[in-house]
Formats: sequence, C-alpha cells, structure tokens
Amino acid sequence: MSRAGISTAHSVVAPTNLAKCVAMALVIVYALVTLVPLGWILLTSIKSPPDSISYPPKVLFEPSIQGYCNLFTTRSRQTEAYIRSLPPADSACERIARANSMVVVSRSNYLPRFVNSLIIAVGSTLLSVGLGVMAAYAFSRFKVPGKDDLLFFILSTRMMPPIAVAIPIYLMYREIGLSDTRLGMILLYSAVNVSLAVWLLKGFIDEIPREYEEAAMIDGYTRLQAFRKVVLPQATTGIVATAIFCLIFSWNEYAFAVLLTSGEAQTAPPFIPIIIGEGGQDWPAVAAGTALFLVPILVFTVLLRKHLLRGITFGAVRK
Amino acid sequence: MTTSSIGTRAAQATPPALAQRVRGLSDRAIAWLFIAPTMLLLLAINIFPLIWTIRLSFTNFRANRPNAEVLNVGIDHYVAILNDPDIWGPMQATAHFLFWTITLQTLIGFTLAYLIDRKFRGHGFWTTLILIPMMLSPAVVGNFWAFLYQPQIGLFNYVVSFFTGIPPSSFEMLGSVKLAPWAIVIVDTWMWTPYVMLICLAGLRSIPDYIYEAAEVDRASAWRQFWSITLPMVLPFIMLAVLFRGIENFKMFDLVNLLTSGGPGSTTEVVSITLKREAFEKWRTGYSSALAIILFVAVFGLANIYVKALNAVKNR
Repeated sequence: MSRAGISTAHSVVAPTNLAKCVAMALVIVYALVTLVPLGWILLTSIKSPPDSISYPPKVLFEPSIQGYCNLFTTRSRQTEAYIRSLPPADSACERIARANSMVVVSRSNYLPRFVNSLIIAVGSTLLSVGLGVMAAYAFSRFKVPGKDDLLFFILSTRMMPPIAVAIPIYLMYREIGLSDTRLGMILLYSAVNVSLAVWLLKGFIDEIPREYEEAAMIDGYTRLQAFRKVVLPQATTGIVATAIFCLIFSWNEYAFAVLLTSGEAQTAPPFIPIIIGEGGQDWPAVAAGTALFLVPILVFTVLLRKHLLRGITFGAVRK
Repeated sequence: MTTSSIGTRAAQATPPALAQRVRGLSDRAIAWLFIAPTMLLLLAINIFPLIWTIRLSFTNFRANRPNAEVLNVGIDHYVAILNDPDIWGPMQATAHFLFWTITLQTLIGFTLAYLIDRKFRGHGFWTTLILIPMMLSPAVVGNFWAFLYQPQIGLFNYVVSFFTGIPPSSFEMLGSVKLAPWAIVIVDTWMWTPYVMLICLAGLRSIPDYIYEAAEVDRASAWRQFWSITLPMVLPFIMLAVLFRGIENFKMFDLVNLLTSGGPGSTTEVVSITLKREAFEKWRTGYSSALAIILFVAVFGLANIYVKALNAVKNR
C-alpha cells in the first residue's frame, strides 16, 4: 500500500523490462497448465461416452449433449422393436437415448441433490453470518471477560478433524431425528462456519470507527438501534465477503456430507462421484455434473478477489 | 473512551423519557445476548459431541449394535492404539503426504508470488486464474482427477508419455504402491499451491520499497537483497501458510478418499481414512473415538502454535 507513493518517484527498484517479460511468461505458463484439468472437465462434459474414453485423448470431436442428458435422466435398455413402436421422441435427450437403444425412464437424482446443496449452503450461511455478526460486534465493542480465550475457543472448534466429531454427531442426530435432514446439515455447517464468521467479521467491524455509533447514541439512538442503523450498513462489504466464504465452504463440504447423509438431505459432492452408467463411471455425465457444480464457485471467486486473502487466513492477513 | 460514560452523559443531557430509551439494555446484557447464541451452537454441535467422544473412547460401544451391553474398558483403547504397530502405517502415510505437499506448495507458491510481484502487465488477471483451483470442492475435483489418472485413457498418463516416451498404459498412478502416494501429493499441490502463493504475495507486498532503495544505495547485490531483505520479511507469512496447510492436510480426508480411499492396500491410508474405516466400516466406535481424541489433541497442539504465529504476524 505504502509503496505506491515512493516507487513512482524513482525506479531504482522497479524490475527491468526483461525481468517482467520472463516473469509474465512463467506465470502464464503456470496458469495455463493449472487450468488444463478444468478445461478437460468442460471438454469431457460435451463428449459422447466413446469419445471420452478414446486413446489418444481427443481434443477435436463432435460435441454432444449426451453427458448432460445422462446427468439429468435415468434410462433403460430396450429392444429395437419396442423403440420403433414408440411415438416419435419429444426431446433431444430422448432422441439420443433411442439412438443408443435406450429410453428415458425418469429424472435422475442430480437436480434434487443440487437443490439440497443450495438450500443447505444458503441456510447455514444465513445462520452463521447472523450469529457471527452479533458475536463479532460484541467482541469488537464491549469488554467481555475472557475475550481472548473465548475467541480462541471459537477458532479451535474449526481445528477438529471432521471425522472425529462425525461419530458422536451421527449418534446424536440418530437420537433426536436429525440424521439425513437438511436442518441437521444446516446446523452442522453453521457450527463449522460460525468460527470463520466471527473472526472475519470482528476484523471488519474493528475497522468501523466507534465514533459513528457514539454520535448516533448521543442523537438518541439506543445501542441496538445504533448497531442496526449505523454499524450494519457500514459493515455490508465485510458481511457479504464473509457470507460468500461460508457459502463456498458449505457448498464444497464433503466429509460430513458423505458420512451423515444418504438420501433425503444428500448434497451434490457425495453424489457426483457415484454417477455411474452401464459398465462403470459415465465420465461425460460426471464431468457435466462437476462443471455445473463448479460454475457458481467460479463466479464467486471473481467477486471475492479482493477479500480472498483475508478470508483464507481468518482475517490474520489483510491487504 | 468508555462507551458507557458517553451513554451516561447523553442520558444526563436529555429529558427523562429519552434518557430511558438511551439506556435501553445495558451494554453488558447486549454483549451476552449477542455472544450466547454462537456459544450455544458451538456447545451443542462441537463441545457436546467432543465430550461424548471422550466418554465413548473408554467403552466398547459399537454404533451398529446400539442395544448391546456397553462395558467400560478404561484406557485400553488408548494403550492399544499407542502400542499398535499398524497405526504407524497411517502415521507414515500422513507424514509423507504432509512433508511433500507443504514443501512443494511452499516452493512453487513462493516462486509464483515472487514472479507476480514483478508487476507485469495483466498480473491481476493471471493471479485470479491461478487462484481458481483452491476455491473448488476437493471431493468433486478429486473425483475428476481419478479420471485424468486412468492408465490407458487418462490425460495425465497421456501427457507424461508424450513428454517421456513411457507407454501410457505401463503405469498406474492410483493403482501402484509406488506411485499412489505421489498421485495424492500432485493433486493436493495442484489445488493448494495458490493458497500459499496468495499469502506469500501479501508478504512480498508488505515490504516497503525504501528498504530496497537503501540496499541499492549500499550497493547490495540482487542476490544479497533477496536473502537479507525479501526472505526474512516474508518468512512469517510463509510460516502462517505452512501452519494452515499443515493443520488442513493433517485432517485431509476428501481428496484422498476419492482418489484412492487409502489404497492400494493401505499405502495412502492417511489417519482420517483410518478413522473412517474404524468408525464407519468396522464400527469399532470406542476404539475410533480414542483415535479421534488422540488426533484432536495433536491438531489442537498445532492450533496453539498456529495462533501464536498468527499473533506474531499480526503484531508486526
């Protein structure tokens, strides 16, 4: 931050043009190589199953929406005679299925799993950010006895290996009827996320001058009104950034999801790896499921660019 | 400037009706009201289960036989785990994974950060692209890497054979005892190098220019500047990144579970996988609870060091 003013004055330490070019070339090469697996996911998702497993791997091929069709439907194999006896296909997916001597039977579980992911991620984000902003405000503004210990306690809950707490949570949820429910997963992810929310939001609220609230309170606001009408609007950016981090965590989470959900409340991450076709994994369908699942995160990463560093270090490093 | 004194002054300066409103809830009450829900949630979903785990670790309880008689076995499980030669397999697998992922990620991450800090045109754009892998779901992406690693048809094997001439079906990244530990290291490095890079970049940007200018005036060589200015000043940031990655990779479950599930045999069985096998496949709940507690104590120790380091970086 402070360097801008100095470095423009004289360029003693500015990198030479050659150094810049070399650096640029190396960084671009790394970026391109690192994106190959992601590009491959996109390519595979629009391949036909035979193209996806051909050797050598095909870069040029006839694009096909079969992967996406297979992702959203279940199909069964039928005899030629039966298929010929059917009325004309009414959808592209049906036509593709019939070309492979199959008929579409029903919708697959992908969409419900995707919706579960969405509901659980949004629900837990609202809950953890709501709780987090309150606790963060209290820690930021008031003298709380044992504040540092409480904050450390909140952070330390994040250090637990998920599998270690999964056993008793599994037993507990079984007792109280929360196993394999969305509510159970929302509560669980909120508990994991609230530590991040408190730490990040405390940093953001610390940066809002206390004088604003004090002025508001002198004008007749109560503490709660000042919190609602002065602090919250000021902290909007921080709250949004924190919410996106919580959203991404819940969206991506796998360990709890695979151990604690199996049907009703199962999210997409445990579901995508078990998408199978006839005779093994249906890679175009898996790739299609993966691609659709990753798109929201790509958007959020771009939105979060500026706050990324802060989020991944629990607010320890700020730019 | 205590807030309560301002509140009192405001109360004295305003008519009684308003004064009552200003006082409203006392700050103390608000503080507890605001903190309590978070604490309750953490107590219910984190601390209560933890205490339950501790209790279970002293019993022979099995979650798949909830009606069987539960016997107290004292510290038998702990003794068994610490004396079990089989536990050193997973410990070694974890150590191999930790050591290599952290080494590679630090080296590549720092180098990248250093290059990006040359501030060439468009560095912001390329940085964002590089950051993408770490934002994605390890499980979903890890699963796809299993496809890239397929011996005959996988892109990874094809690329390796393209550059080295080794036939692509002659090696199995996930199926061979020798290669599987490296397969998981490669995916983790691919995924988390950007994380280390981002923290290193913050470290590099925190070094004020005048230090380099002073060194320039003293005619310190570029090499010398790197070793006596750049590296020492970025070191706390690198430490922070290493500790974060250390804690996360010590708990590593999703990537490994999807790539190898601990196989072939148990060559890539890191401790989280062992825990899952004991708890959810063999249903030895008591034994796995004891193992979970041992791991938790280890991670908690790491966490303590981490918080100290974190404060050191913060207070610079």
